[in-house]
Amino acid sequence: MGHVYTPGLKVTEYTSIDKHRILPLKGDVMVELDQVVKPEDIVAKTELPGNVDQINLANILGCGPDDVEFYLKFDIGEKIKAGEILAQNRGLFGTGLFKTSIKMPFDGNIEMVSKVTGNVLLRAKPIPVEVSAYIEGKVSKIIPEEGVVITTNATFIQGIFGVGGERFGEIVVLDNSSQPDLTPDLVDDSHRNKILVCRRRVDATAFEKAMDIGVKAIVAGGIDDRDLKQIIGFDIGVAITGSEDISTSLVVTEGFGVIPMAQRTFDILKKYNGRSASVNGATQIRAGVIRPEIVINQPTPPKGYEEPVETKIGLNIGSMVRIIRYPYFGKLGEVSDLPPELHTLESGSKARVLKVRFDDGEEVLVPRANIETIES
Amino acid sequence: MNKNPEDIKVILATDCGSTTTKAILIMLQDDEYRLVVRGEAPTTVEAPFEDVTMGVLNAVAEVSELTDRELITEEGAIIRPVKGDTGCDIYISTSSAGGGLQMMVAGVVRNMTAKSAEHAALGAGAIVMDVIASNDHRLPYQQIERIRQLRPDMILLSGGIDGGTVTHVVELAELIAAADPKPRLGIGYHLPVIFAGNIEARPEVKKILEKKVDLKLVENIRPVLEEENLRPAREMIHDLFMEHVMAQAPGYKKLMSWTDAPIMPTPGAVGAIMKRVADEEGIQVLGVDIGGATTDVFSVFKNPSYDNEKPVHETENPRTIFNRTVSANLGMSYSISNVFKEAGLENIMRWVPFKMDEVVLRNQVKNKMIRPTTIPQAIETLIFEQAVAREALRLAFIQHCSFATTLKGVQKQRTISETFSQIDSDTLVDLLGLDILIGSGGVLSHAPRRNQAAMMMLDAFQPHGITKLAVDSIFMMPQLGVLATLHPKAATEVFHKDCLIHLGTAVVPVGTSKLGSDIGHYRIQRNNGEVIEGQLQFGDMIKYDLPAEETALLRFEPARNFDIGNGSGKLLETKVTGGVVGIILDGRGRPLYIPEEDEERVELLKKWLLALDIYPTDSLERA
Repeated sequence: MGHVYTPGLKVTEYTSIDKHRILPLKGDVMVELDQVVKPEDIVAKTELPGNVDQINLANILGCGPDDVEFYLKFDIGEKIKAGEILAQNRGLFGTGLFKTSIKMPFDGNIEMVSKVTGNVLLRAKPIPVEVSAYIEGKVSKIIPEEGVVITTNATFIQGIFGVGGERFGEIVVLDNSSQPDLTPDLVDDSHRNKILVCRRRVDATAFEKAMDIGVKAIVAGGIDDRDLKQIIGFDIGVAITGSEDISTSLVVTEGFGVIPMAQRTFDILKKYNGRSASVNGATQIRAGVIRPEIVINQPTPPKGYEEPVETKIGLNIGSMVRIIRYPYFGKLGEVSDLPPELHTLESGSKARVLKVRFDDGEEVLVPRANIETIES
Repeated sequence: MNKNPEDIKVILATDCGSTTTKAILIMLQDDEYRLVVRGEAPTTVEAPFEDVTMGVLNAVAEVSELTDRELITEEGAIIRPVKGDTGCDIYISTSSAGGGLQMMVAGVVRNMTAKSAEHAALGAGAIVMDVIASNDHRLPYQQIERIRQLRPDMILLSGGIDGGTVTHVVELAELIAAADPKPRLGIGYHLPVIFAGNIEARPEVKKILEKKVDLKLVENIRPVLEEENLRPAREMIHDLFMEHVMAQAPGYKKLMSWTDAPIMPTPGAVGAIMKRVADEEGIQVLGVDIGGATTDVFSVFKNPSYDNEKPVHETENPRTIFNRTVSANLGMSYSISNVFKEAGLENIMRWVPFKMDEVVLRNQVKNKMIRPTTIPQAIETLIFEQAVAREALRLAFIQHCSFATTLKGVQKQRTISETFSQIDSDTLVDLLGLDILIGSGGVLSHAPRRNQAAMMMLDAFQPHGITKLAVDSIFMMPQLGVLATLHPKAATEVFHKDCLIHLGTAVVPVGTSKLGSDIGHYRIQRNNGEVIEGQLQFGDMIKYDLPAEETALLRFEPARNFDIGNGSGKLLETKVTGGVVGIILDGRGRPLYIPEEDEERVELLKKWLLALDIYPTDSLERA
């Protein structure tokens, strides 16, 4: 076999992007076809049915389930304000003394009355839901009652893992080769509402300071899992993220540990220092993979950008790869051999391998499953 | 499928998993059915392909290439029937792609009707997303919120024995109506809801739910307190799985038109083959499939209160009870971080014969989670990963034991009040009576040494007495499960000849003692007359080679406070079966003795690992 396919993360300076901005339920689309939108513009909105509560009025009023309807002060579906009397009985022996009354707990209406159980189902006011454009671009498709597709040309960088939701802000790259990690002393008030990029690892104290200041997002090469736990307050069991209760989103481009951002990724971000970007930390590793991302709008091809030359699909001698498993985790190198036969690893497993040459000339054998190609 | 079983000579079967589609070709050779070859290809349910049949055809194409047998027409259809050296007689498939079958179940009492509903759903191969019960300590609005949040493929509503409570059942129906749940797939479709509760509640349930959901009524799942009647609900689940879930998933309509039998959910098919084998051979079976995201545990144990005088609703053999549990977030890649979280570092590290730094370990676990397809290159990584596997299996097994219980008191002729104080000690899992433990899934099936698979299973499940150990080499149980519905002979023949790799037999005296004290005398007599005998001491692990398909006569005389299966201190003479590992005498006691003191633990651990030749000697010496 001459080549293998190794899925890599997309890091590209200029590409076309479609973002589906869809409502959770049917609703109204707020924009028109070909309209130019900003990230914060609302493109669709709807109302989710309000929360419900169930009260057993038969028990409270001391009547049979059949009689509940009789004591209700409102009809099904009628609007009721919080505090209004919902139902009232006739009091002791029907004398009007010691009446029991139930007040509506929230603004809403009666949805259902059960003659079997005596339950009354109360529905609160609908909850408005709005979907923003998230990226700068043009509305390229309207999906009636459901949402829109926004299309733009952009620089597009996928991370490997992230937390926190969608954010927009200006990119600030901290490029200090003597201090590649993001530590608290590097974060200051000028970073409010910004997207901070650091070359290597972000630590928990720096992240917490960034949250206090109001930094929108942090993009880093790596993070220690222990620090991540401290930041979000719990240990992530399954990689489905994006809804964490944190005010600053995080995008990690390489993985967990002290690992520098791939040079190309860092260079692109550095080039667009000061530009606005959309960032989303949402990650899902299982079926239907979602990776965290950074999107920088580019209406025209950036200066100095060249169309990438079509390369042979897969992995070839000379391909640049990153090793993604211990004992060479994080190291970059060039493929120097692709032996076709199975090789017995130190662990005893038999696997297809490749030879990687590092910058210092050292060559190592690595299972093909443990590398990622780096797109050039 | 109207074919006569005798006319079926070539069988093609696929299993569409969430990441890989596996195809197997079975052929009649010299009067017996044998696996010929296996092929696989990535599953194509997700974008950009969104057509499951592409992955199926790719996997079948690999089978075709490997056997030099044409199986697909130029138009991309499976060739049937056999014409000369081309095509197959039947094509069948299972599926867990696209998230499998996701269900929510509801019942009045959590440990009774709700649990019966859970039994039915799990037995049908579903992932149970939540169990709603009148006594689950949640307020109605919380239950409604939950039903709304989760978008199951269907809901199974039970509650009340026939002639029992109506009010509580109606209340549950009201909750579902209030939530107005939407199905996961297919916008605009009504969510299927199966009502399998008190038949007297049907008119009210119908009134409440009929207009809001696609309501199906089946026989009560718990018609009387003493019995479960799971089959009607389970069959309805399978029908709805085909009609609603499969029909909505990309490409499945086409796939359904290809198959000669209904597509079964993968775990449901595994359960079917396991129960068939257990029932046919009168044995008790425990099986596990540990994947990247989830771990399924299956068991078939004797029904302790089986009474042949008593009529039963269940038409399957009531002598045995089949149980299946899914530990949704215990797995070796996507969910490895959750195993770490649930088990705790200390529990994982007790299986590792060297020290590792916590920060490094945490990062390694998370890196495996975000790059799930990587494999251990260094021996330390393998040892650590197999330690995590032990804990994933152990936790999944604990969940299984607490789920696989008798019908809560009733079968033991207790009073009704006792049924409400049900505890998990009613488990059906009888380790001393267990005949065979079958492991499956990457970490077990693809362990570099089979001995490692045996040791992981011994550590995680801690079998008692005499237990055969096996691994399903390529996880073909799903395909065999669905094949069993069409051609039981072919399914069982392939199961025995090609599916299982017999590792050997574990001999485990139950009891505890001091390290080094005698816990039993063993004598193993092989067919060639060779005799091996000796004294097993507490803390010893001994392995004897005995090839697969060879049996030997074991005579084990346990010490006074140890039990090998016949009672404390009682002699046992039995036949033991060999395997690729052989006979393992496990003298580590039950419960398993692991020293708390680190140095002592590492020393003992190394001794066991060396005795069973688990890892290369030099790797343990340098550790």
